[in-house]
Amino acid sequence: MRNPLAKVVVNMPPSGIRKFFDIVSEMKDAISLGVGEPDFDTPWHVREEGIYSLEKGKTFYTSNAGLKELKQEICNYLKRRFDLEYDYNKETIVTVGGSEAIDIAMRAMLEPGDEVLIPQPCYVSYHPCTVLAGGTPVVIELKGENDFKLTRQELIDAITEKTKILVLAFPNNPTGAIMDYEDLKNIVDVIIEHDLIVISDEIYSELTYDKEHVSIASFPGMKERTIVINGFSKSYAMTGWRLGYAVGPELIIEQMIKIHQFAIMCAPTTSQYAGVEALKNGDSDVAMMRDAYDKRRRYLIHSLRKMGLECFEPFGAFYVFPCIKSLGMTSEEFATKLLQEEKVAVVPGTAFGDCGEGYLRISYAYSIENLKIALERMERFVERYKK
Amino acid sequence: MKEKILAAIDKNSKITAADLAIMLGATEEEIVSLIKQMEDESVICGYPTLINWDKIEYERVTALIELKVTPQRGLGFDKIAERIYQFDEVQSVYLMSGGFDLTVILEGRTMREVANFVSEKLAPMDAILSTATHFVLKKYKEHGLPLVQTKHDERMLITP
Repeated sequence: MRNPLAKVVVNMPPSGIRKFFDIVSEMKDAISLGVGEPDFDTPWHVREEGIYSLEKGKTFYTSNAGLKELKQEICNYLKRRFDLEYDYNKETIVTVGGSEAIDIAMRAMLEPGDEVLIPQPCYVSYHPCTVLAGGTPVVIELKGENDFKLTRQELIDAITEKTKILVLAFPNNPTGAIMDYEDLKNIVDVIIEHDLIVISDEIYSELTYDKEHVSIASFPGMKERTIVINGFSKSYAMTGWRLGYAVGPELIIEQMIKIHQFAIMCAPTTSQYAGVEALKNGDSDVAMMRDAYDKRRRYLIHSLRKMGLECFEPFGAFYVFPCIKSLGMTSEEFATKLLQEEKVAVVPGTAFGDCGEGYLRISYAYSIENLKIALERMERFVERYKK
Repeated sequence: MKEKILAAIDKNSKITAADLAIMLGATEEEIVSLIKQMEDESVICGYPTLINWDKIEYERVTALIELKVTPQRGLGFDKIAERIYQFDEVQSVYLMSGGFDLTVILEGRTMREVANFVSEKLAPMDAILSTATHFVLKKYKEHGLPLVQTKHDERMLITP
């Protein structure tokens, strides 16, 4: 039989997180601090709206780009929260989670040889989506000393004649770093000067704890060169509903809709109706969850620092990214030993890029009680290996 | 800060001042003194425990009683409410808008005990015009907390 497989897929390394997942799932009573999704249930009024839509028999396809009402609510929301103005009809697409939006944005824009700048550590899908779309990923290794923000110089140094896209994912998974107004202002003119397109993954935009999130698309001259990706998973605890969206210039969104219409048809109808309710009446749920995350965040940073681990203060998402270099172990060694000896699962920083070496991703999408037990165990572990 | 403390301890009064300080970004001394102040001002009136008595072999009944009463000149409903809430059996007393005046929540060991209390203590009071007693069959949620706790974490252990 002939080889049925495509080289580009076969050559793609499996996600580093997958490897660790396999080890963890064999461990029975492990406490995990390893998830990338909220611990809250989707707010009841949102779930109820989904149920109601099913009861009414709203079980058909929606238009490819999404329900008109949802697209309108998305645009209202973006205006209200981040001062972004988009046309619901021409500049908005509802997707199957933010993940699909990343994929189709890459596929709509990349030609063979085009370079995509990917600041790491970052979420695992930008790199493979670039490769699958025929582009060339170029990793920018962000540094702990800069609190894992992208600096002007790092950006300039990475740009070549072939650079087409810059991926920005702040608030960041796994580091919890944010890029505030000043940080973004520092890079905007470089982006414009080199005529780059930005894919700005703002899925954690509601989860910032010091200052409000700023979208790079809100800077003058940026809207026409930015695809903003967002969704419902993190802000409304709706991961399983698979609902996200992208907004951007009509020129690009139009082509993204084309791929979406052939590959996906439309985002789940039930989820779209629930999404309308979330955007209309979900502000207080978001505030409640943000407040709970913030308490845990402070608690976690305090405990990690007390153990003697270096840990910059993350102001976004629900992760902290402590440095374990002082213990003389690699991230993977640390995570594996911690799991075997104390049955606590954290994710090695290397799962999010080579420059995550020496760091761990610890999620605080857990109750304080859960965090406490896990941190006690971790403290014991660190004491044992401290030099 | 007071409101933040109250929101934090509303559903968990066991949380320590030290932990609260970390979570709210304050000093422990500040938290302790604010809590003391709120206790003195009766903003915080107590720290009861939410118990699901159905889970243990302990007979206990709860009744909700609607009362119609005659308010007294110059004292309104306060006087009669006070006469009622002094009884140990009485858990809560609320002044209501609508079709009746006071809601009284009573707890007793048996239905007979509750019935006796209503007929011998409450109903004969001069100001009380009528009573309607409703027995609670099952409690699902109290103080914002579900009494039937079945949830466990269904998320995968590691996700990106």
